[in-house]
Amino acid sequence: MLKVLMPDHDLSTRQAVISVLVENEAGVLARVIGLFSGRGYNIDSLTVAAVDEDKHLSRITIVTSGTAMVIEQIKAQLDRLVPIHKVADLTMEGPHIAREMALFKVAGVGEKRVEALRIADAFRARVVDATTESFVFEMTGATDKLDAFAALMRPLGLVEVSRTGVVAIARGPKGIHG
Amino acid sequence: MPATEMLSGAEILLRALKDQGVDTVFGYPGGAVLPIYDALFQQNAIRHILVRHEQGAVHAAEGYARSTGKVGVVLVTSGPGATNAVTGLVDALMDSIPVVCLTGQVPTHLIGNDAFQEADTTGITRPATKHNYLVKNVDDVGRVIHEAFYVARSGRPGPVVVDLPKDILINKGVYAGMPTAPHKSYRPVLDPDPAAIATAIRMLKSAKRPIIYAGGGVINAGPEASRLLTEFVHLTGFPCTNTLMGLGAFPASDPQFLGMLGMHGTYEANLAMHGCDVMLNIGARFDDRVTGRLRDFSPGSLKIHADIDPSSVNKNVRVDCAIIGDAGRILAALIAAWKADAAKPDTGALAAWWKQIEQWRARDCLRFRQDMDPSSIIKPQHAIRRLYELAQETGKDTFITTEVGQHQMWAAQFWKFERPNRWMTSGGLGTMGYGLPAAMGVQIAHPDALVIDIAGEASILMNIQEMGTLAQYRLPVKVFILNNEYMGMVRQWQELLHGGRYSESYSAALPDFVKLAESFHAVGLRATKVGELDDVIREMLRVDKAVIADICVDKGENCFPMIPSGAAHNEMILGAEDEGPKKGGGPGVTEEGMVLV
Repeated sequence: MLKVLMPDHDLSTRQAVISVLVENEAGVLARVIGLFSGRGYNIDSLTVAAVDEDKHLSRITIVTSGTAMVIEQIKAQLDRLVPIHKVADLTMEGPHIAREMALFKVAGVGEKRVEALRIADAFRARVVDATTESFVFEMTGATDKLDAFAALMRPLGLVEVSRTGVVAIARGPKGIHG
Repeated sequence: MPATEMLSGAEILLRALKDQGVDTVFGYPGGAVLPIYDALFQQNAIRHILVRHEQGAVHAAEGYARSTGKVGVVLVTSGPGATNAVTGLVDALMDSIPVVCLTGQVPTHLIGNDAFQEADTTGITRPATKHNYLVKNVDDVGRVIHEAFYVARSGRPGPVVVDLPKDILINKGVYAGMPTAPHKSYRPVLDPDPAAIATAIRMLKSAKRPIIYAGGGVINAGPEASRLLTEFVHLTGFPCTNTLMGLGAFPASDPQFLGMLGMHGTYEANLAMHGCDVMLNIGARFDDRVTGRLRDFSPGSLKIHADIDPSSVNKNVRVDCAIIGDAGRILAALIAAWKADAAKPDTGALAAWWKQIEQWRARDCLRFRQDMDPSSIIKPQHAIRRLYELAQETGKDTFITTEVGQHQMWAAQFWKFERPNRWMTSGGLGTMGYGLPAAMGVQIAHPDALVIDIAGEASILMNIQEMGTLAQYRLPVKVFILNNEYMGMVRQWQELLHGGRYSESYSAALPDFVKLAESFHAVGLRATKVGELDDVIREMLRVDKAVIADICVDKGENCFPMIPSGAAHNEMILGAEDEGPKKGGGPGVTEEGMVLV
């Protein structure tokens, strides 16, 4: 039974991490993205990958923001797309884990290079590529940790960053179909 | 049929359509769909109606669907065939009309190569449909067609496109018949939550100034839902108003009917909405044409919203109780719960509420002045009223379609719909050119019925080519043009909001509609003064052929009552003499309202 939540008149915005289990078929991502652009919703981050080859399922994690009424609309609009199996608002439904991975390319020599390595160590970033004048660090963590790392690397020769966007899952034994 | 029988994709398609009970397809041939047309040629179960433009095919399928409750079927070719259909698809999407549109596509190996008559049909129609498919394997044709029909008619209905590459239509494959398993992911909730029903009944029983506001969802739920709505309204003794899409869901002649609500709705319906303390919305979506200025919409009421689409709930208006499900099942549950509940409604308060409503009704907001001197100019409202009265005299089952504009609103105000599925109008998208092809689809489904397209002289020209279809299939559709030589609603807004600067709203260089009718093998009639009107209408109704009746009406007449955009229900303008102090744009129009449509 689909429960309709009653958003109040609260006009403050919140961030929501929404997990969507979809049929792994052509065009499904375009439907989701088209829904967001067509109705003017924000996408802060979106990730997608197949998660069950046998059942043809993919999982999309969307980080969005809006008023409570808008977030309810987003979920209801997603839920009525035909190839969508399940929509879960991880932010509302209890504790969850949200992670993203990023690759940071930092170029420099001398003291800056040593400092970059020292900070990377403190952040538990892994060195996945090194030359005498550069590193590529790999790091997995919460979004704000990655943000903080990027901010520290900037003065030390940050060349570019590639981030996956957030993937998330609820804590505890229950799955999204729960 | 042995499961191993090898059939072409086109043959599988037709078998699947037959299994879905399809008897009529509205279409237009082209290169990519030639295999389907070849298969159609070799069978007799499905009738193909050749339209003159693909937009007409979709509107015809909509008319067919809305007047029968079945899924309308369209067949068009690739590229321009598909893009021409897009307006019709969006129209069906906005008004929740079940349509399956089959589009041809270039062969799979050419997709993406900018081939002749190639368009990215699934890409273009993704936001124009409820769902769409591109079939890439002949063995999927049957399954996808059945799924398309299921999606089109289930839950909140809508249009579905199935894009069929030409090689898929030619290749041989296997047809597995009707599906046995339920759909994997799309299973809309039909049965209401008993707790929500109980909450709604509690609110309704405690109401002092209740109103029931019913929309197209009741019509989409089938005629039984309209019967249940009538039963529930009588059971409660509450007043009932309908949206534009809901006209016919409750009998217009019933004393508990307040008429249509919204921008051009009645005074009593809108003031009752504004002043009510409990509102029950069944199958309507709080459209901006209904609510007016949102923050002043029915400010003091508890709101109950019954809808099959959870995304309609709390979209525009925050409600206090949501009931998700099929309108018919919800009404049946409400009736049972109302009877089972021991609480007595406040009959004293209800009587006082009705007294107030009768005072509003006494304003007679739809009145107009028709000078009955035979040489007088015809008022458009009078023309529709006489059309209604004389159509009643024929005793025929009557279906009305409209184009979009003033004539549409006058038709909604003055035609008294007693039953559902008799009123086809483009509500959500507001598509000029809808009425003629829609009437065509209605007449195909109901060959013996009286089908009238109430039109304006501007709208009718948008799909006038379908007069050819009427002639080909001898469809006796009556086109009743209220000809004021203006895009009347545009002119009205320019008068009220833009200082009377009638920018491009004059219908210049109009055709002679009588000669136009004759050139399309139809009958052309004209009335220019009141004394001619009844004779023209009688002749139109008598002739067993397509007719265009060109009714030359008062060019300056405006459609009232009117709630200007951005105004609230209690700020409606009742008529020209009620326009209040002119400031800025015009009467009752705020800066905020000016930017709204």
